[in-house]
Amino acid sequence: MKKIISKKVQEMQPSGIRAFFDLVLGMKDVISLGVGEPDFVTPWPVREAGITSLEEGFTSYTSNKGLYKLRLSIHRYLKNNYGIDYCPDEEMLITVGVSEAYDLAMRALLNPGDKVLVPTPSYVSYGPLVDLAGGEPVYISTKDNKFKLIPGLIEKNIDKKTRAIVLNYPANPTGISYTKKELSDINRVLLKHKILAISDEVYGDLTYDFAHTPFPSLPKAKENTLYLNGFSKSYAMTGWRVGFACGSKEIIAAMTKIHQYTIMCVSITSQMAACEALVTGRRSVEEMKREYKRRREFIIDALNRIGLNCHKPQGAFYAFPSVKNTGLSGLEFAQALLKEEKVAVVPGSAFGKGLDDYVRISYASSFDNLKEAISRMDKFLRRRNG
Amino acid sequence: MDEILEILSKDARTTPEDIAKMLKKKPQNIKEAIRKYEKEGVILKYRAVINQEMVKDTDAAVRALIEVNIAPQKDVGFDKIAERIYSFPEVSSCYLISGTYDLLLIVEGKDLHTVARFVAEKLSPLENVKGTATHFLLKKYKEDGVILKHREENKRIAISY
Repeated sequence: MKKIISKKVQEMQPSGIRAFFDLVLGMKDVISLGVGEPDFVTPWPVREAGITSLEEGFTSYTSNKGLYKLRLSIHRYLKNNYGIDYCPDEEMLITVGVSEAYDLAMRALLNPGDKVLVPTPSYVSYGPLVDLAGGEPVYISTKDNKFKLIPGLIEKNIDKKTRAIVLNYPANPTGISYTKKELSDINRVLLKHKILAISDEVYGDLTYDFAHTPFPSLPKAKENTLYLNGFSKSYAMTGWRVGFACGSKEIIAAMTKIHQYTIMCVSITSQMAACEALVTGRRSVEEMKREYKRRREFIIDALNRIGLNCHKPQGAFYAFPSVKNTGLSGLEFAQALLKEEKVAVVPGSAFGKGLDDYVRISYASSFDNLKEAISRMDKFLRRRNG
Repeated sequence: MDEILEILSKDARTTPEDIAKMLKKKPQNIKEAIRKYEKEGVILKYRAVINQEMVKDTDAAVRALIEVNIAPQKDVGFDKIAERIYSFPEVSSCYLISGTYDLLLIVEGKDLHTVARFVAEKLSPLENVKGTATHFLLKKYKEDGVILKHREENKRIAISY
């Protein structure tokens, strides 16, 4: 039976914590801090725009690249807010979330054996999609550097085959982000070695301590960057599946070639809703951001107080504490916590090798839920420590 | 808006200690800020939002919006007559509005009869009231930003990357 499956997919590593996920899904009354999406529903004006588009009969394909109106709105948004000027005709592609954009990029860019640097902990799809496209992911552990990528770490891992690096900030699962200065340092190294930056900035709007700096806004970076972003996290639109890629004419044309054969275009309903998000959704973004920030202050202090050491994330909605001093691995911790206290978290091992001591805690959950979860975790830890 | 006010306007039960944690400030400072708001009258009251439709034996089972046309008094304008009107306990809200009418009242009573009697016996006979138009509320959907519906259950799947 196995023979009908391609060798490549057979070799793909299935997520080691699938069984744990199934366990969570099978349980009732769980407080879940394992969710990688906002706990808000899409702002009403955006939902309403989707409904109206259906009522008006917008049910057809759109241009492969996506609705021109949406591309123009994104162009204006990036230009007005960050001074980045991407041509909506040739340097932009609307995709099914950032996930598709990333997959297209890998398939468009890589020749067999080409290497892509993937700093870890990383979002789960970065490595496997490099593999699938015939490339070779080179994982760079940032664990010993407080999960921060620095130029030295990059340079150490570059060789002749290195084509690109995946940047993701604020990061899933650590919430780590970078100041303009830190990014400039990274940019210099990439320019020097002609390494393409593939920058997934889907959490960019959720940056709390300083202004978010899009990678292509750095000096000379635009030509050397493929900028990926989407509506999922900022506008609480995960289920709509709208993302976009901005980059050089050449790369976008190559990605569009694959996109037109595989996806054709993103659902028109979702694209029309996304147009509205850029117009009226900004207010909601700011409101949600303030709310996340307040939860962050609470959860990080609380985790450290109950004995789970945790750095302070600068963005997104994740905390990534170490559970080392419990004597349990992240997976064991997550299993026991779920069983004994009905709180779900994601084992750190999902996000790369050498992360067995960590768990990811999502604070995209109501303040009351977070408080209750902390009190249960506290109970759990006290029991463990006798 | 100050974030303390934003938090309290969403949930007035949030304790100063919790607000302090959310904003990374000292509880004492939050308490002082709240006290100041209370003293200045920025924060007027803390109360529960009740869905009256689900309460038995309520004195506020029936609500009416009443438009009132009034003849303003010399020197004091609308304020004096408005005060005479809003002082009735049946009047839960009273606004001066532009347009065809002058005052908009929200009047509550335990039944239609009570509200009708208030209009006929208390409101209309007032010297400066020239006319009224009463609209009984049939259904409340949303009030002061609160949608009057049971909380919907979480639609997210319990765990995802």
